[in-house]
Order: sequence, then C-alpha cells, then structure tokens
Amino acid sequence: MSTIALPRELPPGVHPEPTSFWRKYIFSLDHKVIGKQYLFYALFMLVVGGLLATLVRWQLAWPGKPIGFMGKLMPEGMPGGVMLPEFYNSMFTMHATIMIFFAIMPLLIGAFGNFVVPLQIGARDMAFPTLNMLSFWTAVPAAVVIIWSFFVTGGAAGGGWTSYAPLSAIAPKGQTLWLIALLLLGLSSLLTAVNFITTVINLRAPGLTFFRLPLTVWALFVTAVLLLLALPVLSGAMIMLLFDRVLGTTFFLPAGLVISGQPLTNAGGGQALLWQHLFWFFGHPEVYIMILPAMGITSEILPVFARKPIFGYRAMAYSMLGIAGLGWIVWGHHMFMSGMNPILGTTFMISTMVIAVPSAIKTFNWLGTLWGGSIRFTTPMLNALAFVSMFVIGGLSGIFMASTPVDIFIHDTYFIVGHIHYVLFGGSLFGAFAGLYFWFPKMFGRMMNERWGKIHFFLTFIAYNCVFFPMHFLGMRGMQRRIYDYTEYAHLKGLQPMNQFMTISLFVLGAAQVILVLNFFLSMRRGPKAGPNPWLANTLEWQTSSPPPHENFHDIPTVHRGPYEFSAPERADDYWPQNEAPSGRSVTAHG
Amino acid sequence: MPERQKGPPRVRSRGRSLRVALFALGASALPSLASALPFWLKLPENVSTYGGQIDGLFYLILWITGIIFVVVEAVLLFFLFRYRHREGKAAHYTHGSNRLEVIWTIVPAVICVVLALMSRRSWAEIKQSIPQGAMNVEILAEQFAWNLRYPGTDGKLNTADDVVTLNQLHIPVGRPVVVSLKAKDVIHSFFLPEFRVKQDAVPGMTTRIWFEATRVGNWEIVCAELCGLGHYRMKGFITVETQENFDKWLADQAAEAAKEADQSS
Repeated sequence: MSTIALPRELPPGVHPEPTSFWRKYIFSLDHKVIGKQYLFYALFMLVVGGLLATLVRWQLAWPGKPIGFMGKLMPEGMPGGVMLPEFYNSMFTMHATIMIFFAIMPLLIGAFGNFVVPLQIGARDMAFPTLNMLSFWTAVPAAVVIIWSFFVTGGAAGGGWTSYAPLSAIAPKGQTLWLIALLLLGLSSLLTAVNFITTVINLRAPGLTFFRLPLTVWALFVTAVLLLLALPVLSGAMIMLLFDRVLGTTFFLPAGLVISGQPLTNAGGGQALLWQHLFWFFGHPEVYIMILPAMGITSEILPVFARKPIFGYRAMAYSMLGIAGLGWIVWGHHMFMSGMNPILGTTFMISTMVIAVPSAIKTFNWLGTLWGGSIRFTTPMLNALAFVSMFVIGGLSGIFMASTPVDIFIHDTYFIVGHIHYVLFGGSLFGAFAGLYFWFPKMFGRMMNERWGKIHFFLTFIAYNCVFFPMHFLGMRGMQRRIYDYTEYAHLKGLQPMNQFMTISLFVLGAAQVILVLNFFLSMRRGPKAGPNPWLANTLEWQTSSPPPHENFHDIPTVHRGPYEFSAPERADDYWPQNEAPSGRSVTAHG
Repeated sequence: MPERQKGPPRVRSRGRSLRVALFALGASALPSLASALPFWLKLPENVSTYGGQIDGLFYLILWITGIIFVVVEAVLLFFLFRYRHREGKAAHYTHGSNRLEVIWTIVPAVICVVLALMSRRSWAEIKQSIPQGAMNVEILAEQFAWNLRYPGTDGKLNTADDVVTLNQLHIPVGRPVVVSLKAKDVIHSFFLPEFRVKQDAVPGMTTRIWFEATRVGNWEIVCAELCGLGHYRMKGFITVETQENFDKWLADQAAEAAKEADQSS
C-alpha cells in the first residue's frame, strides 16, 4: 500500500505531533490517544463494578456471613464484616451505575468509537479535537465524584440505578453526588455525540458514501444521535431531582408525604411518576445506546473471519435506524406496574413487541453471514459469535416482559436481572471483548496472545452462563430483585443453593478476567508485531500502519467499494481493501 | 387439603376459543413434564382466578421462544461446523437475499403482534375491569409495613367503623377483592407471588386493582419495589378463609379495637 511505511514527512495542513508528555499523553487532542484513555478508564471502572457485584453476590449466597477484611475497609457499611441492608442497597445501585455509565458506555463509545471512527472513515481526526479532549476530561471528575460518594456520611446512593423518586429525593448525601457525577458524565457524552455526528457527516473520505460505511460507523453514528436526543431528558430530570433535594422544589413530591412519622415540609404539587417517565424516556434508548455499538462491532468482525460479505448490508443499516426510531416509543414497558393507565400499557406492549423485529432481522443476517463462509475461529471471532448466541437469549427473554400480563408476575424479579445481563454482558461486553481483541493490534501495534485469548474466552463464556442463566429460574420463583435477604420469604425457600452456585461461578468469571488483564498488558510489550493488516480486512483502518501515525493516513484514501468485499470470485486475494484502485475490468461491487 | 372453589365465571365469550387453545397448550404440556421437573423450573403454585391465564401466556411464550432459541442456536452451531475454514475451499460470495429479508421480517412481526393481541385480552380483564360485588380493602404502604383498612358493618370505607390491621390481610375465598393502593412516603409494590398480583403503590395516587382467591390458605405479601433499607423485610401475611370465618375474624377485630378504644378513653 502506498499509504504506509513512508518517511515521516508531514502532508500539507497537518500539525506535527506534540512532543511534551502532557500534550501527548494527558491532554491530547489525538482521537487515538483519547480512545486509549477511555479504554483504560473504562477497564478500571469495569473492575470496580465487578468487585461491587462480587459483594452483592456474596450477600445473596451467604446472607449475613461476615467478610473479615471488609469490616476494616468499610467499617460503616460492613461493621465486623457483616453487610448492612443500606450498604447492600448502595452496592447494587453503584454496580449498575458504574457498569452502565462508567464502564460499558466509555468502553464502546469512548474507546472504540473514538479510536475507530476517524480511521474507518479515512479522516485525520475527529471534527472537534478540543471538544474530544474536553469530553474525556469531563468524564474523569465524574468518576472521581462517584467514587468519592462511597466515603460520605450515609454511603453511596442506594436507590437503585433508576433512582425512583420520592425515595431518591429523601435519600442521604450520596444521592446528590450520584446526580452530580451523572450530570457531568451526561455533559461529556453530549460533547462526544456532537463530535461523532459532525465527524461522520463531514469527514468521510472521498468515495465513502453512507452505504459504503463500515457497520461499526453506522452503529456509532446512530448511537450518537440517540445520545444527543436522550441525554438532555435525563439531565433535565436529574437537575429537577437535584433541585428537589437541595432547593426545596417539589417536582417529584406529591402533597401529604409522611416520612418515618414526620410530615415532609417541602412536599406538594409534584408527581412521583414524572421521574419514571423522564428517566425511561432516556432509559430505553440508553439500552440501545449500549447494545448498538456492540452490534456494529459484531457485524464488522463476522464478515472478516467468515471471509464473506455481510449478509444484507442495507437490512443491517435500516434495522439500526428502525431500532433508533422505535426506541423512543417503548419506554412505558418499564412502567407496566407503576400505576400508569393500563390502556397506555397496551400501546407500549404493542410497540415493544414490534421493536423485537429489527433485532431478529439482525440475528438472521448474522447467521446468513456465516452461511457458506470459510470461518476462522480467532479470539475476536469467538467473542463476536458469543455476542450473537447470547444476544438471542437476551432478546427472547425480553418477549416475556413485553407481554403485560406476564410482566405482572416477573416485573421487579430476577427474571429482569437475568434479561438485562444477557443483553449487557452477553451482548455489550462480549461485543467489547471482540472489539478489544480485534483492534488491539491497530491500537498498540502488537498481537494479543491467541491461546490465552481462547482460554479467557471459554472460561468467561461458561462461567458467565453459570452466573446469569439461573437468574431466570430465580425470577420464575418470584425472587425480587434488589433484595438484601430473600431467606425471609416462604416462597423463596430452597433457592440458596442456586444462589451459592451463581456466586461461586462469579468468582470463576472474575478470576478469568485476570487472564485478559495479563494478556492485555504483556502483549502490549511482548506480543508479536502486528503489521498494518493482520486480519486481512478491508476497512480503511487496516490500510495504514499499526499503530497509525499521528495524522492517521499520509494521503487521505479514496474509497472505491463497500467494506465487506471478501472472497470476490474474480480476485486472487480473498479480501479487497476499500481504497484499492480498481484495475482493469471494473466490477460492480456492492455498495 | 381444602376443597378447590371456583369463582363466578366472568370470562367474556369473545376470545374464548383463543383462550381455550392457550390453556390446552399449557395444560397438555405441563402435567406430563411438571412432575419430573425440579421445583425451580416451575412457577409457584397459583391460587387466583386469573393466575392461570398469566401462567398460560408465560408457558406459551416459553414454548415459542424456546423453540426459536433451540433452532437459532442449532443453526449457528451447524454453520460453525459446516463452514469452518478448510484449505482450498473458498467462501460463497453473496450480499444477501431480499426474499429472505422479507420472510424474516414478517414472520417475527406476526408472532409478536399475535402475542401482543393475546396478552391484551388478559391484561384488559386483569387491570382494566373491576368486577361487581367485590369486597373493598384499602392498603396504605409505608416504610416498611402494610396498613390495611376494611369497611365495618356499614360496608363503606373511611367511616368510623372501619377495621384497621397491620400486615395482616384476610380475605374471603371465591369473592373478588378490590384493593385501593396508596403509599405514605415512597413507592412500594404490592406483590402476591402465588396470586400473580403486582401493583406499585405510589404516593399521591390511588391505584385500584382486583383479584380473587380460589382456595383457602396462608401466603405472604411481598414488597417488590425498592423502598429503603428495610425493603427486604417489608413483609405481610395474607390469609384466605371461608366467608363465615372471614366475617367472624372481622367482627373479632372490630370488637378488639372497640375494647382498646374504651380502655384508652
């Protein structure tokens, strides 16, 4: 390729790379560095969130059993190592908050989005590099505030990640810090969203039409639009809740509230359900914000390792648009039991059933991509396949709660917890693992170890299913979510062995991640050199060196075809880079 | 075991055949399997009149999604085996098929819409209609208890002769009960697992729901919405008894309350 291995002679209009440590690694404007910053940020928070989950599961397996060292570490929440109910509430609240906002979103959007989008569209950087830096450095104080909240009086927020009012309006100080942290993070995500949308619309390389875009870019573009439209609603609601807490407003506080025998003085005129409407108007698109990028990554990886064009490219793009459109009219399915008018429940049930269709289309097209392929079982491919098979479970279990009468029973039970973990771990996180193994060579110029990658994959896949699949059974027995001690209840008798099995599986799942961490850091230094295109892929990021130079491409590439032209019969090579000039007889490529 | 009592038929004739089919599917599949299954693979026992409909829908969806699950995963595994990389064998070059796209758009859409329509009928009966001749109870949820209020001899709520209990809900068997749900402080959720009843109690709102027990017995009331540090122990007790026993119990409660009022005055 002409774009690689040239001496460092800068093309016109390109600024030289900064040389100072601070400008190069800390306050960098380079999307690749910012992407890596997000990657480390997200992986760190993933570990924090995982440890919180371990505490939650400990309590569920052995209610009230002390953990000696935790008594010293958290004397207020776990005196003598025994977890208090309010501490337990903080644990699951912060587990979900950190995983959703501080781990999965930064990982999929901040890390992969930032790193991959400009490279895949053949741009030198994001449209607004300074805004990009600001967006990362707004996310950092958010993380500081959320971790700080563990150490204030009353502990971290304990009202669930959904923080339903009025409970969240009367909760201790940790809830205020929760709101501030998420407001900061919301601002950060808004800056990112504006940047992604502008970049994809304006900075695509010549010839790169929308229907020649890699599906990762499609997914992140749609995600950015959802973020831009959904986050202001959440931010608005959170500002209102913050005002209720500190300024004495009553947006969510109806008249006549009596808390622990004391009438609440600043109550009246508010609506408790208003919070839920605002939260879920954001919250349902949010679920798609977390799954769409992983769908994009999967759609990227399956063709590369099946050596076959993606099946139904346009159907893939349109189904993402379908999800993005329908995602706005399904929020009420979180509120079937809330006391919302049941007729409204019926309309939300129908829209919710319909939104299953685009996901089904995507699944069938992934199967179609594998059909007739020449499949290589690399680590990225295994994780992408895990995404497909686990997302099927998460998608199908959603049908149960979409049906309003069935939801009467399973609402607020572990069935829901199982469902969301099949979407967010089985889906988003396996997608993120796939992306990590896939783009690691591009990010760091070296390959990750395949053998350890596979060991990590199989251990994770098996342990993951042992932790989360039994949640459906717990839900079928009516075990409530967010419950400190279920052994109090007659209908939950006999479920402790299953809970213990799940917790022990979680220990295995956690231990397996040590392999990933070691593989990640050791490969960064010792892995074999990757070369520009180790997977023989077509998209533009593989047509420059690994890692790419500061300006990404010496000359901006010109795109001649779609991103997944694998095994075209008229070619000797089974791949066909998007920017390779057509030679001789021109072929009508898909696009 | 006490005799199973049947409630008055309230099923509208419209949609009866559909519902019969639904029950038949659940009923034919269940007994053969049920005895062999461990307890955690089954829903808890059902003791309300409409619980059977909910369970029927649950098992119907379980069958449909279960079959789709098995087929999709089997096809996936088959493709992974059949189309694994082998030297000298190239992948099939294709960009897709519009006919297949249409098929796999329409089929899931039809399944989902049919499920939605079937669910709508049960939902309307359970949440949108209140049966005649029901007994009224008011439940006021607070952190972390259930306050229950029964109409006294005048049969009306919120009068001087109301009977009030804490965490003890008694209802007669075979008669619909209408609950007016309220909350004092934060959101709670009134959950009776064995009755397939769940409804949030929201401060500032009164939500009316109904259910009808099919047999006498004792079960628990569960709070299903996180309501603070004592959420896990916000437990109540529901006793279903015959109308005579219920009337006697209510009279005893009223007498006891009157005696206490006398002593304190």
